[in-house]
This record gives sequence, C-alpha cells and structure tokens, in this order.
Amino acid sequence: MSDEITADIQTTHILDLAADGKRVDGRGLDEYRTISIVPGFVTTADGSALARIGETAVLCGVKLEPGKPFADTPNAGVLTTNAELIPLSSPTFEPGPPQPGAIEVSRVVDRAIRAAETIDLTKLCVTPGEKTWVCYVDMHVLGHAGNLIDASLLAAVAALSHATVPAKRFEVAENDYPLDVQHLPIECTFVRLGESIVVDPTFDEEQAAQGRLTVATDETGRVVAMQKGLVGAFSPDDVKSVVRRAFVHGERLRQQVRGGSP
Amino acid sequence: MGSVGAKEVPVLLTPDGRRIDGRRLDELRPIKIQAGPLRQADGSAFVEWGANKVMAAVYGPREVHPRHLQQNDRAVIQCRYNMAAFSVDERKRPGLDRRSQEISKVIGEAFQSVVFTEEFPRTSIDVYIEVLQANAGTRCAGLVAASVALADAGIPMVDLLPSVAVGKISGAIALDLKKEEDNFGEADLPMALVPQSGRLVLLQMEGHMTEEELGTALDLGVAGCRDIYEKMKAALRARYTVTPMEEGGA
Repeated sequence: MSDEITADIQTTHILDLAADGKRVDGRGLDEYRTISIVPGFVTTADGSALARIGETAVLCGVKLEPGKPFADTPNAGVLTTNAELIPLSSPTFEPGPPQPGAIEVSRVVDRAIRAAETIDLTKLCVTPGEKTWVCYVDMHVLGHAGNLIDASLLAAVAALSHATVPAKRFEVAENDYPLDVQHLPIECTFVRLGESIVVDPTFDEEQAAQGRLTVATDETGRVVAMQKGLVGAFSPDDVKSVVRRAFVHGERLRQQVRGGSP
Repeated sequence: MGSVGAKEVPVLLTPDGRRIDGRRLDELRPIKIQAGPLRQADGSAFVEWGANKVMAAVYGPREVHPRHLQQNDRAVIQCRYNMAAFSVDERKRPGLDRRSQEISKVIGEAFQSVVFTEEFPRTSIDVYIEVLQANAGTRCAGLVAASVALADAGIPMVDLLPSVAVGKISGAIALDLKKEEDNFGEADLPMALVPQSGRLVLLQMEGHMTEEELGTALDLGVAGCRDIYEKMKAALRARYTVTPMEEGGA
C-alpha cells in the first residue's frame, strides 16, 4: 500500500510541475535526456550497439544466419525482432513468458524497422526460394528508466548500421561485407501530462501519463509508424503537433546514430 | 477472391477515383451491427463489416482472474482479441500470437480510457473479441463490436468508441481499406475516436505517409468514425426500442 501512496504523491507532483511547464529532472517539456550510443559493444554479435537515454539502457545485438525464405516471399530475406525485458533491469519486470508490455515494445520497434525499409530484404536473398540470410535483431533492456521504445530503436538502428554479413564464416561468399542500411528510422515518444505533452518520458512520468504517443520518422520526411499506448486520449491536432516535433527530434537523434557517441 | 497467391499488384484506384470494389476514397464498406446476439454474456454484439465477421462479448463487472491483477480503486478491463484458425486464407495457428496480444493491449487501454472503472473497484470487466472471418480492419471491427457489447452490458462509459482505419492506396488517402487494398497499399492507420471529446484513444500506423498526408488521413478517419458512431447508436436503439407490437396489444 505504501507504494501506491508514494506513487500518488509523485503523480500529483509530476502533473503540477507539467502544468507550469516544468519536469522533475529539470528538463524542458520538449527536451530529451542525455543520449549516448556505443556501437560494437558486443563483439560476438555481427552488429551491436548500446543505447542510453538517461538511465535507460538497451543493448541490441544483430546476428545473421543462412536460412530458408518464407514461401510467400521467396526473393526476400527474413527479419526477426525481439525485445527482452529482463528482470535485472527493473523491479517491475518478472521472469517468464513475455508480457504484453515487452511484446508491444518489440512490435512497435519492428514496425518502424520494417516500414522504413531500413534494410533491403531482397539483398539478403542468396538463392531465391532456397537460401537467404535471416537477420535476428535482439534487444536486451538493461535499465528501464522510461521510454524503452525510443532507446530500443536507437540501439537497433545503430547495431544494424554497424553490422557485418558473416559470409565467409558460413561459406556463402569469399569475404564478409557490411550490411547495407538504406534508411534510418527514429522513434520519438511523447506522453500527455494534463494538458502538456512532453517528449522522452521517465519511468515515473510514464506511470503518471494520460496517454503515450510514439511517432517513427525517417530521413526522407516520411512518417513510417505510430503507436498510441496507455490509458488516455489525443486530439487530431495534438497528433499533428507531436508529428512535427518528432521530425525535429528525429533529425537530431539520427545524427547521433550516424556519428556514434557525441 | 480467386487471386490467392497472385503476386501481381491489382489496379487499386481507377483514373476516375473508383476503388477495387467501386467505392470512392471516402466511402466505408457496408456495416451491419447487431447488439445482444448472445444470451449467456452480460453484453454482446456481432459486426459484419465488408467481408469481416466479428463477435464480441462482455462479462462483468465480476471477480478478477488472476487475482493479482485486482485494483483496489477501480475495475480492470481485460481484453482478449483472438482470430479463429479458419478466419484467414491460410489456416492460422490457434491461440494468441504476438500481434493478437498487442492488439488486445491497445484495445483494452482504449476502453480503460472511456469506462468509468472507478465505479467498480476490485472487479474485472472482461471483453472478448473473436474474429470469425477477416478481411482487413479487424481490430476496428472488433473495437466497434466490443464497444456496443459494453453498452449492451450496461457498463457506464463516457461514450461509445467508433473506430476505423485509413490507408494509402496508389498514393491516395483512402477510408476503410479492404484486404487487397491493405496487402498492396502503402500505409495503414487504425484509430478509435471518443465522439464527445473529439480525441483519439487508439492510434497506430504502419507504412509511409508525409506529414501532410497524415493530417488528411486523421481528418478522414475522424469523419468516418462519426458515421460509424451513428450506426452503433442505431444498433443499440434497435435492440432496446420496444415496438407497440411487442408490447402486447396486437
């Protein structure tokens, strides 16, 4: 019970501050926490990156293996994304089969990667109908301090950008070659706190939130995915202004993915 | 629908603005809503929307299972969206896949946004959506069915939740895609509207849209939701209006 009382006080505090245009950690309503991206964090992976947004940390590892294409797409490679919300990263995660929250994170990240055509799947095909590269994108949440979606996609896109196709190891080609990444989708997540809509929510802000909205944009000016989550509502005008803000933030975050750590 | 396995992209939009089934860009498929078809459930609805057939049932407020999900200050809404194995061309493995679990979550959250849950502390309102025949837009059809079922169950809510998807076909923004349009289209944007407040409680998107197209799509979807809202109210009226004949006389 004492947990709930603390949460109520905290929630009221967060909402009161937001009404004045302030946040608990001193950020502006349209300001991200400090972001860092460490590419190549795990050398056993074919591509990897550790992305941090404040205290939130997501490690993504990319593995490529030869496999069979799906019957309905004989000329395309296979892309599989999965997010593990492991119990070490937050007291709210429990061991066991993936909870709806983890499924939502991995599906929303997967949707952005797929819809933006981040990698050209046809280039993963080795022999149509028989042999293709299967690209596994596995995300491990190491620290959950809010905004898992943005951190997960940052890690995934950075890992894919630095990935190598292990063609030599699997005797598919003479030499390994870099994975071709053609687009860089970035997801920006916002939550409603009263009448304010703030970017990059912390864990406590997500608890207090009256609705969450994630917008994925790419570098060509397209919106490629969206997801409204949590209990709450947004007007069409709210959505339009959030999309505008997502383009601005997306441009800046994309620079960080390209350049690695600032 | 004899084109199973066809790889060729069909003509989705004719030069005079007609779609594959002859509809205009801002036209809905035919929608039939029946409130209260199931006797065992506290509330139910059956929706036929184009070639979609979706049944929804509501049980509760009742005891919470599993217990640990119980909330002391409000009811929890547990939503289960499921597709029958025979509802799609290629048999779907029965049970909840990841897609179904995600859809269950966002639909549950949408209802949690409009139901007065604080009136039923320590209870569960269970919403079951079964897709019997699928032809694109099943989550929207399911939401509409579940919303009418909640009203049929007498659950107090801010408003009904009309829902529709907007997509993009041959570069044009179109309301309520059917299967071929969804398969070969360029974007899909399902939404659910609270008509009273004009706010959206469900919003997802996949595909490619410019900022401007997205604005157009939102406006088109909201207008579509308002049309569906009228059909939902009509279905409830049909269920609960007592005609003079039934009243006994004749």
